Amino acid sequence: MWKTILRRILIMIPEVIILSILVFLLAKAMPGDPFTGSINPKADPQQIHHLMKINGLYDPWYQQYWHWVVHLFHGNLGNSYQYQEPVTRLIGGRAANTLWLALFTMILTYAFALPMGVYAGRHEGKLPDTIIRVYTYVTYCIPFFVILVLGIWIFGYVFGWFPTTGSISSSASGWLSTIGSRFYHILLPGILGALFGTVNIVQYLRSEVIDAKGSDYVRTARSKGVPSKDIYRHHIFRNSLLPIAAFAGYSITGLLNGSIFTETVFSYPGMGLLFVNSISYRDYTVITALVLIYGILNLLGTLLSDIILSIVDPRIRIE
Amino acid sequence: MAENFEQHSDVSATDLARLTQEAQAEATPSTAKIIWSEFKADKPAMVALFIIVGFILFVMIGALFINTPKMMETNIMAYFNQPFTSDFWLGADSGGRSVAKQLIVGSRNSIGIAIGLTIISSTFGICWGLISGYFNGYIDWGMQRVYDFMMMLPMTMMIIVLVTIIPHYNSVTLTLIFSIFYWEGTSRLIRSRTLAESEKDYVAASKTSGTSNWKIIFREIMPNISSLIIVDCTLSFAENIGVETGLSYLGFGLPSQTPSLGTMIANANDPNNITQYWWTWLPAALEIIILCLSISYIGQVLRRAADASQRQGAAD
Repeated sequence: MWKTILRRILIMIPEVIILSILVFLLAKAMPGDPFTGSINPKADPQQIHHLMKINGLYDPWYQQYWHWVVHLFHGNLGNSYQYQEPVTRLIGGRAANTLWLALFTMILTYAFALPMGVYAGRHEGKLPDTIIRVYTYVTYCIPFFVILVLGIWIFGYVFGWFPTTGSISSSASGWLSTIGSRFYHILLPGILGALFGTVNIVQYLRSEVIDAKGSDYVRTARSKGVPSKDIYRHHIFRNSLLPIAAFAGYSITGLLNGSIFTETVFSYPGMGLLFVNSISYRDYTVITALVLIYGILNLLGTLLSDIILSIVDPRIRIE
Repeated sequence: MAENFEQHSDVSATDLARLTQEAQAEATPSTAKIIWSEFKADKPAMVALFIIVGFILFVMIGALFINTPKMMETNIMAYFNQPFTSDFWLGADSGGRSVAKQLIVGSRNSIGIAIGLTIISSTFGICWGLISGYFNGYIDWGMQRVYDFMMMLPMTMMIIVLVTIIPHYNSVTLTLIFSIFYWEGTSRLIRSRTLAESEKDYVAASKTSGTSNWKIIFREIMPNISSLIIVDCTLSFAENIGVETGLSYLGFGLPSQTPSLGTMIANANDPNNITQYWWTWLPAALEIIILCLSISYIGQVLRRAADASQRQGAAD
């Protein structure tokens, strides 16, 4: 068990190193230097030259990379040229927004998907099952950003039920109304994300339930006289809970990728929107940091899922 | 034995024709025939097929008659022209450009990129999966690590970064950039099927008789999983329409002077447009939904045709 986890983590290390080199080189290849835009056009070229020199921009790339890594381990990701503040502080402020939204979406996804999956499996081949299958199929096929745009149009603008921009309203004061306002702002993107992200969990749970229906332990429980409702709730559902929980790790990747779209549509100040804005300002310290953070979060999500799955299913442990 | 042979040798020509006919009737029907009977059995699938084929032909041919640079010229007289008028069927946008014409050219661009992306990324993914699945051991291990690494990359971000690095990109470079990141799903599917397939007897037999590995992979295993490949290509085609339009929507796909379904939906980013001038973006959004649903539905029918136990059509 521990061996598997250790091996899994050891495999991760070269991946992170390659990712960091790749990200660094891509950032270097971006057009413009970091001082573009922040300097008065009348500035002396000599002065810019001097600035470039003291910032180490003339060093060979591996030296620059090494400096960058050393700074990274000191928690120093450099300064944002656009916002003129340390990248760590800038991203720290935005990360909370993104993570809250992702967490809320994930909780809602499970809340929608678990009952649907069990119900569809229980009534296999009947009308509810067909309806749920069509529903998951439709939600899976439509590109998510189209749903976001339609959702904000209908519920945000036409009906005016939900806010259409920001993460908190400016009039909120006091902790209760602050939390309330924050929650209100993530409600619509969260619900849309959850309604359209159920397909994996529902399909997995449905087939698990169908498999379990014919298994020995269910037949034993039935012959003992356990009520049907309790069999589904306590025996079958409990059994498929861990693999379902493992989906949480994988879905982090999807949620993070989706956050770029969600936050752009809802002008929600999280990491995704920060990334899109930084791209247009060529703010490459921020871009590098964000790509690295997203990559590492993806990696941790996969790691989490793999560990849970290897606990559940000994066959997939790496030997 | 000899008697039997005698008997068989003087089969008359009419008998021979009858026997051939019987043999043909009992033979396994061809893939195309199975697929066609599956479509005939499923009326909505037939509708979806006609929508898709008709629509793709319509935009491909229609776009030939539209002069794109002229269409994209600003015409201040038609500023946000109302829809359903004789000059502008679907109205005009903030530059007075006809939404209907943009929709046709935009669909052509989006569908074209999706087709290109599907061809390139699927070809690569299929080869990757076949090779990785067939050669076990170090080759597979190495290829799987590359796969893991690609899965870890934040795809949307990497594509956006690459698009900003490349100074003059057009639809071809864009398709290539997308292809770098969208082969993993196919390769994984093909690999797992190849793993199962290469343990079968015919592969072992072929190996013992000295067939080269490449011939086994591409002439023996690949034809055997061809139905899976067809299904996967159809489904990734639907997905790829979402990929291109999504990035164009964010402003990192096709440049704004080249209409795409995504750049048209991006009109909705303006709070005025989204409510007041809904015709500038809503048709494109609905079109994407219809396209994706129809194509994936066709994919489902193909999947049923590929799996004999799920077929609905009478295979005759």
